[in-house]
Amino acid sequence: MSETTTRPQTEPVGPPPTSKIASSLSHIITDLGKNGIFLALVAVVALFSILTIQNGQSILLRPQNISNLIVQNGYILILAIGMVMVIVAGHIDLSVGSVAAFVGAISGVFAVKMDMPWALAIVLSLLVGALVGAWQGFWIAYVGIPAFIVTLAGMLIFRGLALVVLGNSNIGSFPEEYRALGNGFLNFEIDLGGRSHIDPLTLGVGLIAVIALIVQQVRTRAGRRSYGQDVEPLPWFVAKLALVTVGVGLFALALAVFKGIPVTLIVLAILVLVYGIVTNRSVFGRHIYAIGGNRHAAELSGVKTRKVDFFIFVNMGFLAALAGLVFTARLNLAGPKAGDGFELEAISAAFIGGAAVQGGVGTIGGAIIGGLIIGVLNNGMSIMGIGIEWQQAVKGLVLLLAVAFDVFNKRRSGGR
Amino acid sequence: MTTNILEMRSITKTFPGVKALQDVTLEVARGEIHAICGENGAGKSTLMKVLSGVYPTGTYEGDIVFENDTMTFRDIRDSEAKGIVIIHQELALSPYLSIAENIFLNNEVKGLFGLIDWNKSNSEAAKLLARVGLRENPTTKIMDLGVGKQQLVEIAKALSKRVKLLILDEPTAALNDEDSDHLLDLILHLKEQGITSIIISHKLNEIKKIADSVTVIRDGKTIETMAKGEVSEERIIKDMVGRDLEHRYPDHTPNIGEEILRVENWRAHHPQDPSRVIVDDVNLSVRRGEIVGIAGLMGAGRTEFAMSLFGKSYGTRISGKVFKNGTEIKTRSVSEAIENGLAYATEDRKQYGLNLIEDIKRNISAASLGKLAQGGLVNDNEEFKVANEYRKSMNIKSPTVLAKTGKLSGGNQQKVVLSKWIYSDPDVLILDEPTRGIDVGAKYEIYAIINRLASEGKGIIVISSELPELLGICDRIYALSEGRITGELPIAEATPEALLTLMTMEKPR
Repeated sequence: MSETTTRPQTEPVGPPPTSKIASSLSHIITDLGKNGIFLALVAVVALFSILTIQNGQSILLRPQNISNLIVQNGYILILAIGMVMVIVAGHIDLSVGSVAAFVGAISGVFAVKMDMPWALAIVLSLLVGALVGAWQGFWIAYVGIPAFIVTLAGMLIFRGLALVVLGNSNIGSFPEEYRALGNGFLNFEIDLGGRSHIDPLTLGVGLIAVIALIVQQVRTRAGRRSYGQDVEPLPWFVAKLALVTVGVGLFALALAVFKGIPVTLIVLAILVLVYGIVTNRSVFGRHIYAIGGNRHAAELSGVKTRKVDFFIFVNMGFLAALAGLVFTARLNLAGPKAGDGFELEAISAAFIGGAAVQGGVGTIGGAIIGGLIIGVLNNGMSIMGIGIEWQQAVKGLVLLLAVAFDVFNKRRSGGR
Repeated sequence: MTTNILEMRSITKTFPGVKALQDVTLEVARGEIHAICGENGAGKSTLMKVLSGVYPTGTYEGDIVFENDTMTFRDIRDSEAKGIVIIHQELALSPYLSIAENIFLNNEVKGLFGLIDWNKSNSEAAKLLARVGLRENPTTKIMDLGVGKQQLVEIAKALSKRVKLLILDEPTAALNDEDSDHLLDLILHLKEQGITSIIISHKLNEIKKIADSVTVIRDGKTIETMAKGEVSEERIIKDMVGRDLEHRYPDHTPNIGEEILRVENWRAHHPQDPSRVIVDDVNLSVRRGEIVGIAGLMGAGRTEFAMSLFGKSYGTRISGKVFKNGTEIKTRSVSEAIENGLAYATEDRKQYGLNLIEDIKRNISAASLGKLAQGGLVNDNEEFKVANEYRKSMNIKSPTVLAKTGKLSGGNQQKVVLSKWIYSDPDVLILDEPTRGIDVGAKYEIYAIINRLASEGKGIIVISSELPELLGICDRIYALSEGRITGELPIAEATPEALLTLMTMEKPR
């Protein structure tokens, strides 16, 4: 078959690396770009570590404080995990704070007023959260009302219902096991004489985590090499792993010296693991990203978009309930002001963590880091004695700058 | 000096890689109704965009001489200021605003302190409506009007701009018979008032009814201009079509087997206006190994037919039967259609076919995740492998399947779309404009892929606006006009003239 028409050169060919050093450098720079938010977290931690130095010691980095950091901000991280999935699909959920308050109140009725066994109370409360999510999911997915409106209504409805359930008072004195959700620790303490002690269980878990991380990273790198994909230079890879090992190690040490592993951290770890798998590897996760990237194309490829939308909100309701339980457990109090402003923190966490406003982009990891940044801001500013008004202003500014930076980055690389 | 109100002289307009208009001349006499005919993509719209200032002076070569003055337009406002007003096929009206608000949009009737005088606006609007014969309250919202009346509002808007030369792009495309007649009468009426009109149309009956002269454009060139007495359907069609088939098509020996798909009495109505029939009692069939074409002009209902068939993705009040290998099947949702062995590659790949922010491999797997999943989890390695195989077999020019689809060229993007659908392992593929916006070399590759699929025993339906393409690769071609199948020609009998006659056939009154 003679074909005399010539095909114009249309393939995108990148410039070949001129030397190993040049390609190494470009890898490092791209890596830094991709890990921008992580570096931001490190920067924020470093900043406040220095700013909170008193009597030669950084209060931020005190073991007790590091433990508190996780426990006090656990709810943001739980909400951020659900919120990022909502945002990737192109929606938003403004009701999570009110739902958390509502479920906190309901759990109070179950566990305290009705004297249910604590496990049953927790399970039922989570179910209520899922039902709330189903209610909102129905309006959004099947009736077709924009999520902004449905969840705005939800924000009002469930705050009101929380007050109804509480009947104008607070509910306190939750059972001890329930309170462990927010305040509990897993430990096996060994006395070291004087007032110090250490928990080898925590250290052990930390070691396992480090090993697991190293193994996973090494396997991923080997896997990519076997497919002929470009991998970062070995020294840089080793350096990164070393840094992470040191970081996790110090973190584990801090927890070990204080009270051990907070139950909240265990809950978070499980959630991150499960949802990480769901968003990265599951069919459902793929569908969420497909819908967010191009809803029409997803529909025409056979994705059941309404079903996916529905379950995203059921899931958000469930996680909002969990956040409410963790929060209520920590305070040992279900009150009318609970959950106030949670949604803004969760949404900020997701966006600081790299989610795109139009949808289709966003990761669990990013949301967690975004949530931690907000947590460190909360924590650091409180230690410094900065008033709540200023804290609010600073957090808003950080959100704006983070997203602006992200938009700028994406535009520069020729993205949407 | 000339008595012509408009002369477009030697207009040449180039886009990257494509010469849309080449040395085009157009002469319109004062007070006449001048029709412009041409196939899809011939250059009619481009020419009118040049005339109306959408393509400003400086972006094209040649001159526009209007009322004996050479024109320089920076944008539409300049051309409108001279009295040249264009009414596009997609009406430019704001549905939630009233008739008066739309008429005076950006041209508001102002009163004291520069604030809008609504009473005056409404009364002026009423006068304009009377001139076009539309008896409606000027405060009525546009969305409460039918398309025919909306069209009249557009003309009223043009009158408010003191139009001297009115350009109408396919004015009756969306109208029913009654509204079409009314509109044509109105254009004749405006002619009596001294307004010159240019109508772009392919409805040959209409043209014969009201046009004083006809210019035919083909492949960006003026073919000829006919005066009223010389106008005949045969002559227009011959001018629209007559070209050498410069494209090359791969050889293909058809190996056609049993009937694999049959559609009976397929009907679909417009999604916003359920009384309007868009797909009108379509019957067609495809056999194994056969490449069947659907030819039709813009607005004929080809894409609407395909999308309504594929999981009710378009239209309301859809009815009809679908048979696969003789057994009736249902295609009520996209996933049901895919499960029944259908695949549909959309007309607009960027809007409907691809997730541009995702990489190639995720786009290829998008319709077949079930195949790659175990226990709800996708096997990433397998996905990578499959995508790589398609990258090689379809010759997708990208160093890796991890590249984002948005960065690929049009031809390569289309190959990703085709890969997605081939991977879903269908028995029948419907390809809507499979080579639109693709360079010659990539087109050839896609034709070769289509041939390969046919030789594997699949049934292929190709919807295309390019007649040479259909004539080059199909075994049989259906013609669709105004939602109806007007004819079916085996390739041996299919000529451009025969097809165009069928494509322009109007519904019997």
